[in-house]
Amino acid sequence: MRPQDILIPVAAGLCCKPGGFHIDPVRAVERAVITHGHSDHARPGHGAVLATQETLDLMRLRYGDHFAGSTQAIAYGEEIRLGDVTVKIHPAGHVLGSAQVAVSCEDIRIVASGDYKDAPDPTCAPFEVVPCDVFITEATFGLPVFRHGDAADEVKKLLASVELFPERAHLVGAYSLGKAQRVIALIRGAGYDAPIYLHGAMEKITGYYQARGIELGELRPVKGMKKADLAGTITLAPPSATSDVWTRRFPDPVTAFASGWMRVRARARQRGVELPLVISDHADWDGLTATIAATGAGEIWVTHGQEDALVHWCQTKGLAARPLDLVGYGEEDEADAATAGDAEA
Amino acid sequence: MNRFAELLDRLACEPGRNNKLRLLTSYFREVGDLDRGYALAALTGALSFKHAKPALIRELIADRTDPVLFALSYDYVGDLSETVALMWPRATSNAPSAPLPPRSDGVRGERSSLSRLGVGGASANSVPAERGDRPPNPSPPLASLAGGGERSARSDEHLGRNNPPPPTLTEVVTTLRMLGKTELPKQLARWLDELDETGRWALLKLVTGAMRIGISARLAKTAAADLGGKDAHDIELMWPGLTAPYPELFAWLEGRAAKPVNLDPAPFRPVMLAHAIENTDFAGLHAADFIAEWKWDGIRVQAVCGLDASGHSVARLYSRSGEDITKSFPDLLPSLRLQDSSDLEHDDSRKPLHTFRHHAPFAIDGELLVVRDGRVQSFNVLQQRLNRKTVSPKLTKDYPIHLRAYDLLGDGETDLRPLPFAERRQRLEAFVARLDDPRIDLSPTIAFDDWDALTAARKDPVSAGAGEDADAVEGVMLKRRDAAYLPGRPRGQWWKWKRDPHIIDAVLMYAQRGHGKRSSYYSDYTFGVWTSADGVEQLVPVGKAYFGFTDEELLQIDRFVRRNTTEKFGPVRHVVHEPDQGLVLEVAFEGLQRSSRHKSGVAMRFPRINRLRWDKPPREADRLETLERMLGVGGHPAAQAGGH
Repeated sequence: MRPQDILIPVAAGLCCKPGGFHIDPVRAVERAVITHGHSDHARPGHGAVLATQETLDLMRLRYGDHFAGSTQAIAYGEEIRLGDVTVKIHPAGHVLGSAQVAVSCEDIRIVASGDYKDAPDPTCAPFEVVPCDVFITEATFGLPVFRHGDAADEVKKLLASVELFPERAHLVGAYSLGKAQRVIALIRGAGYDAPIYLHGAMEKITGYYQARGIELGELRPVKGMKKADLAGTITLAPPSATSDVWTRRFPDPVTAFASGWMRVRARARQRGVELPLVISDHADWDGLTATIAATGAGEIWVTHGQEDALVHWCQTKGLAARPLDLVGYGEEDEADAATAGDAEA
Repeated sequence: MNRFAELLDRLACEPGRNNKLRLLTSYFREVGDLDRGYALAALTGALSFKHAKPALIRELIADRTDPVLFALSYDYVGDLSETVALMWPRATSNAPSAPLPPRSDGVRGERSSLSRLGVGGASANSVPAERGDRPPNPSPPLASLAGGGERSARSDEHLGRNNPPPPTLTEVVTTLRMLGKTELPKQLARWLDELDETGRWALLKLVTGAMRIGISARLAKTAAADLGGKDAHDIELMWPGLTAPYPELFAWLEGRAAKPVNLDPAPFRPVMLAHAIENTDFAGLHAADFIAEWKWDGIRVQAVCGLDASGHSVARLYSRSGEDITKSFPDLLPSLRLQDSSDLEHDDSRKPLHTFRHHAPFAIDGELLVVRDGRVQSFNVLQQRLNRKTVSPKLTKDYPIHLRAYDLLGDGETDLRPLPFAERRQRLEAFVARLDDPRIDLSPTIAFDDWDALTAARKDPVSAGAGEDADAVEGVMLKRRDAAYLPGRPRGQWWKWKRDPHIIDAVLMYAQRGHGKRSSYYSDYTFGVWTSADGVEQLVPVGKAYFGFTDEELLQIDRFVRRNTTEKFGPVRHVVHEPDQGLVLEVAFEGLQRSSRHKSGVAMRFPRINRLRWDKPPREADRLETLERMLGVGGHPAAQAGGH
């Protein structure tokens, strides 16, 4: 049996024929294994969904109770048999509940890592290296220019700016699921204990994180606040909202954006970001290459992102590597823009 | 260096002028004398290093990275300094070029690079394989932040390596000045190893001399002045006499020492500027109180000449902001230079005619113009002389530069600025006559008895005395006879009365978000006019404007853009523009130029939104042919670059 007999890219996503399921399908399928709750990976309308409890809960929060025909929760480290393959779930360190899916058949193990990061994150279980024969990796930040420093230092920059501009509001753009909560936890970790304000589109998911026992301190909805009272405060909002009419309720806001993209200054300027915060929930270049090496895999399949550079790097290291050319991933940003922007106008 | 790098990094993203000033001023307040002085020098463009060039940086990075990865990265980032700063390899132990370990269970923990991964045996496998509602990590390791998570452990390790502390800005500047061409690459590489990404970026910006972070020299000086509650004009005045790192300047700003005296023999004097006159202003003004001149569409300059301590002539040409632009106009220099006093003694007998001019320091306020065959050329022609790195003999021959004088600020040792303008004008006329130099002449006055006469002259400069030079006239200047020469834009002293702008009706095609306060508004507009291509009527973009409208109009356009977007390209919105659907903008502009960079083949000067034409369907907007006709008759361009 060859690896491509176990997992193969099709229009709907990554298909496991011997197991009878797809991983993170972009179209409705009969049976789906979902790595994490971001909207480009977790879509509604599948027949049966297998995912971590957190991912299932987050999908329910986003899509309502009937987001799938049936659901089954699987815990990290748990192994189950699906058709001719076994599936085991490992933490991916990306967001709460994010998982890598190890698919084994006969003596071949393929790990579909979904989105992952190897940097510490106080809001989710740490990434785990899973030895395998074929490693499927994302390449969101698959260029050697993307090397993200310590996220705690970025938050220090934010707090220094709050101190420097006490009469201005600080508006931090962050994806509603994962990034926002991580940024809040980092702010708390830096010793800031004033209330932090939330855009309406973030309240539900952040509330879920808190219900899961993640300490985020005092959070308040920004809705209904007087403009003058927001001076000197920090508000988290979906990225799209930070360049929207919504910002007019803030006194002379400083626009920050917490994203790995902020590593490149031109990207930050293009978006009109005044305070770029390089905080990423994806592995950076060093993280990608170190992880690929650590899995011991001889063959690397590269999904969404900057595939060219990562495939090239693998080949210079003597690894078989190819892009999977899957379509439809890496668009949580866009999804945010479409839904969250107008959610709380 | 790190603090300086942090400042540059923050400035690069800060759109607001006041916030830029605050960032700069707080830097000048917090940082010690030498470093802040060199920072001020870097930001005012006062530093340059002979041997540090972009090619050197390329060589350094080529030695250290895979060419394919570098090319892909450079392509993505688009800026050499930043690409190199981001890609510069970390010290060796976790360089990705290390050989891959064979797959085995022992893999974990063998490589130091893995210490950053959450794979220290315990954390990897300790999660119980239970199924249930509880999250695997019920109390997330917030504490690990304070105690240093894996990632910060890594950076500790990075710091713990036997690296020396990063260099200070002063060390960098003094070393760069000192090092020869051969030692430079090694030293640069050492620094790049020691600095973090922002530090590397700032170092490379410093080395290549191209900051491009939106800070003008004037703004940096204003921020320094703010440190001591002083006026930037005062710094401007003493600036030519100062050299980096300016300890005496900061001592004065912090009240620790007296004001530095400008010992420069040819100092810049802060310029006097005019207000734009409105029709309603005339009612309160008496024609007899004013002298009128043409407003020349050139470059406002100050030509200053003096003698240094050893009696040698020093001549300088300054832009209106005080920038020394002497090097760009070598052809004017002989006309400005004083005869050295030493030369006077020797040459007295041989050049008797010249001994009476060129004898004492002076400062002329005037306009740079290109004059060919006695005729003043339009600003479009003058542009050939602007922003040139090298000035070739051909350039000076084809575009001979000329100084049209309109004020005399100093004559000999006398500061004329406190005198009334009428008196200065008399001294200027005598001075120019005495100078008798074909490259320097007098800005003629316009005779008028009342405002009607001046209105007529403004309307028709050709017959009101400007004659063939009318192409370079962009309006009329009014100066109070009794006005002293005051720095800045004092109210009611000088007025500028520009020619009426060109007006066209164009159709809004694309809109882009503004910056800073306007970042939530679509406030940058690309507009087009009709043309027919292959028999099909279509709109072709002819310009971009982001001001001219009122706040209320901005809200209206913003609303229109949001409701009529047909496509989005990043920050740009494609706004509906069909013959019967769309928004017509009345655009005012000062002049037109042919341009190969624009699809339409024309470029506008100073375009702004004059009015919103909600009443007009797009099909009735203007056509490209109208613009082309304006080009044909030369169009009367007006200046932002020059003038008052």
